Parts: sequence; structure tokens; C-alpha cells
Amino acid sequence: MPNMPRFNFHRPGTMEEALDLVSRFRASVKVMCGGTDLVPKMRAGVAVAENVVSLTRVPGLSTISYRDDDGLVIGGTARISDVARHPDVRRHYPALAYACDKMATVQIRNMGTVAGNLANAAPSADTAAPLLAYGASLVLVERGGRRQVPLEDFFTGPGLTVAEPMEIIEAIRVPAPPLRSGSAYLRVSARSKVDIAAVGVAAALNLDLEGRVIGVRIALAAVGPTPLRARQAEDMLMEQIPDHDLLARAGAACVRTAKPIDDVRASANFRRAMVQTLAQRVLARCGRLARGEDAQ
Amino acid sequence: MAKEIIELIVNGDRYEVAVEPWRTLAEVLREDLNLTGTKIGCNQGDCGACTVLMEGRSVSSCLTLAAEAHQREIVTIEGLAQGPEDLHPLQEAFVEHGAVQCGYCTPGMILSAKHLLDHNPTPSEQEIRQGLSGNLCRCTGYSKIVEAIGAAAAKMAPAGEGE
Ligand SMILES: Cc1cc2nc3c(=O)[nH]c(=O)nc-3n(C[C@H](O)[C@H](O)[C@H](O)COP(=O)(O)OP(=O)(O)OC[C@H]3O[C@@H](n4cnc5c(N)ncnc54)[C@H](O)[C@@H]3O)c2cc1C
Ligand code: FES
Ligand code: FES
Repeated sequence: MPNMPRFNFHRPGTMEEALDLVSRFRASVKVMCGGTDLVPKMRAGVAVAENVVSLTRVPGLSTISYRDDDGLVIGGTARISDVARHPDVRRHYPALAYACDKMATVQIRNMGTVAGNLANAAPSADTAAPLLAYGASLVLVERGGRRQVPLEDFFTGPGLTVAEPMEIIEAIRVPAPPLRSGSAYLRVSARSKVDIAAVGVAAALNLDLEGRVIGVRIALAAVGPTPLRARQAEDMLMEQIPDHDLLARAGAACVRTAKPIDDVRASANFRRAMVQTLAQRVLARCGRLARGEDAQ
Repeated sequence: MAKEIIELIVNGDRYEVAVEPWRTLAEVLREDLNLTGTKIGCNQGDCGACTVLMEGRSVSSCLTLAAEAHQREIVTIEGLAQGPEDLHPLQEAFVEHGAVQCGYCTPGMILSAKHLLDHNPTPSEQEIRQGLSGNLCRCTGYSKIVEAIGAAAAKMAPAGEGE
């Protein structure tokens, strides 16, 4: 087992202090929340930093709040287990609640954060696909500035994002779900839920009074260098009644968007087959929820 | 990158320790505080042998920096029994049900079980199994561990709530 490299550790007690530290050490700094990605990566020599800035003592940063007019705000240090059990998340964002309930292990969910899951930018990140489906955006702060980045513009490659080293994810903002909408996430992994996802599909769907699709987002996990939007399938669904045949064709369109590879978790062919199956199931469930036929 | 003095509150006792910032809580508990009940198995978050409670939540102490645990309340396996003759109901149930073989996973199993029962005093068998999803055992085949936790839950639950 390789030894941990050496670094300085900082525990700022305010956001100002945290922003000063990351700005001062920008040449070699990592912020840390749960450390469930960062500690193993530093030990393996994959992540290197002379300075580690822990955000867990910044007051107010772990808050999770929901308002019908404003949607959901997940603070930058909110733990996955707290998001999973939040009543408004369970009620309004079932795809996110499912991801946060099922990913990793109890201990990792008790330590890890949604912000860390996104900033780590694994193509398989379990919260990314649901949050893409919900049209979430990230609030990034640095000393003297703040910007909001749509999640779909955030990822640039495996482990890579548009965030600068001196920027901190202050919050994740998720719009309130419209009327007659439904959302779902499903994932498969080699052995069980504990494994990193081999494939994941999330969708959020919104119907008009006649049952026609007036809004849809589909996101695929672990089948490309970043989590992906399946736009071709989305376009196919718009203005249509989502019946079984259409969902099968939309599933096939999702497969065309996917760029899977063979790796230790699954073969590319298995991944393609699973994208088809999961996309159809997820979209069917979204439709049932949007029509009020399925109470979870 | 000098050592820093941190304060840990472990099983109700306060300790001041000088630690290098890159050392983990698991290492400091074992090597500096001599609390060797906490085990290190995989050292990467997979096996659960290093599970402790921090501020009441189960965490992997192999992925937690000791400096991050500064002034946090930690419970390790050493903190559960009231005395040598006075085991915690979970510990008693593990002994009675033969849920311990080599014992390497046991401290982590028991702390994960405690975290589960603290949040859900009457878990179903499936909930017990899900609550142990982050703890691996290479000896028992899990059945006896699951039985032991069910039995401890029944014993600990207030009258009328037990299964
Ligand atoms: C055993 C095990 C199982 C796992 N299983 C899964 C799984 O099933 N699914 C899954 O998706 N992931 C899984 N993970 C990965 C990991 O637990 C998650 O990605 C977790 O959400 C990371 O959050 P964290 O707070 O621990 O991040 P950290 O390790 O603290 O940080 C991760 C990265 O994000 C950056 N960062 C963290 N917070 C911020 C912030 N507020 N602003 C800017 N940058 C930030 C850090 O600099 C670092 O680069 C697993 C990990 C382990 C060890
Ligand atoms: S030693 Fe920490 S999880 Fe295995
Ligand atoms: S009793 Fe040996 S690992 Fe569980």
C-alpha cells in the first residue's frame, strides 16, 4: 500500500478564509469534503497537492433547502446520506434520491458529498446523470467573484471540469419539477449496488394535458468520457405520446449517443445493451409518474 | 509541513496528539492512542474493517485524515462495552450467535450495526443486509452476523416495538 504523500492541511472556519487559502495556494491546492475520492487518489499518486483545504467547517455550507418557486439548493458540503434522506428530495427528485440511496456504501455516503462527486468528474458519477436530467447548475465562487455554470457545461473529460483550482462549489441548484413530470434513475454494476456503476441512465419527462412530451432530458453515465446528454433521443420524444414503440426507438437513439469502452466493469457491447434496456425502463417510469399512475 | 497538535474525543476521553497532516484517523487511533480494536484491511474504503462513528455517523477511518477529526467525537469498538463483564447488546449477540470467527471484520461490523440501529431500531433482514453493504467478512458467510444484529435489535428495542 503506497504511503500518503506530504501536504499542508487547512481547516478554514469561514468561507472568506477558505477562498483566501485556495486563491493563495492556487498553484498546488485541492479542496476536500469527504475525502473519499481525494484521499485514495493522493495515496495512489494520481492527485497531487501541497495544500489541502477542508471545507467541512465552513458554516452553513452543508444546508439542503427546497422552495416550490426556487427549487432545490444543495450546499457544497452536503453529505450524500443527508441528501438521500431529505424529505423534499425524496418527494420531488426521486432520481437523485435513488442515486444517493444506492451508490457506494453506508460509510462512503456518510462522508462523501454531492459536490465532491461532481467535482471528481468520474464518467460513472452517480449523482451526475440525475442532476443533468433535472437541468441542475453549479454555483462556483472564488475570491471576489461568483458564477453559475449549467452542469451540462461543467464536465470536460474524465476527472476534468471547467472549475479553476481557486474555485469552490458553493451550491448545486436544481429547478423545481414542473407539473405532470416524472423522473427516474437506474444503474447496473458488476456485483451489486456497492460497485461503481457500469452503466447508468437518468431521465426527467414532462407531459401536457393530452399526455404529449413537452420537456425531456436524458443523461447517460459511464458510457463516455463524461456523463452524456442523449439529445437525439430527447428530440425524438418531443411533442409525441411516449408509447412503448417510441420508447424502444428512443432507447436505440440513446445507444447511438453512447460511446462505451471495454473495461474491467463491463464490455462495450454489454453497456450498449444495457443502455437500451435501462433507457426504456427509466422513460416508461417517468411517463407513469408524470401521468400520476405510479406513486413511486 | 510540521506536526500539528489536534484534539480527539474518543469514547468520551479527550486526547491531544501531535500528528502529521497526511496521517489517517485509523493510523492515529491504532499507533498513537493504542486503540487497536479498529482494524485496517484494504485502506481504500472497500472493506469496512476501519469503521468508527464520527459525530454519530459511521465513517471509514482509513479515508479520514486525523486532522479532519480535530475536536470531533469518535466512538470506536473500545467504547461500546461498559466493562469487561458488561458487553454492549450487539457484542453479546455476536458472541451468542457465533457471528465472530477470525474477528477481523467484527469491530467494523458492530459499529456499522450500531449506526444502523441508532437510525432504525427495528430493521428488516434486508435493511440489516443493506446496512452492512460497506463491511466485508471472509469467514462467516454473513448469516450469523445478520441474525445477531436482528437479535440485538429485538433485545434493545423498547417493549412493544421489537420484531
Ligand atoms: C469504496 C468506495 C465506493 C464508491 N462508490 C461510488 C459509487 O458507487 N458511485 C459514485 O458515483 N462514486 C463512488 N465513490 C466515489 C466517491 O465516494 C464519490 O465521488 C463522493 O461523492 C466524493 O465526495 P467527497 O466529498 O468524498 O469528495 P472529495 O474526495 O473530498 O473530493 C473529490 C474531488 O472534488 C473536489 N471537491 C470536493 N468538494 C468540492 C467543492 N465543494 N468545490 C470544488 N471542488 C470540490 C476535490 O478537490 C476533489 O478533486 C466511491 C468511493 C469509494 C472509496
Ligand atoms: S480499511 Fe478502511 S475500508 Fe478497508
Ligand atoms: S470473522 Fe473473519 S472476516 Fe469476518
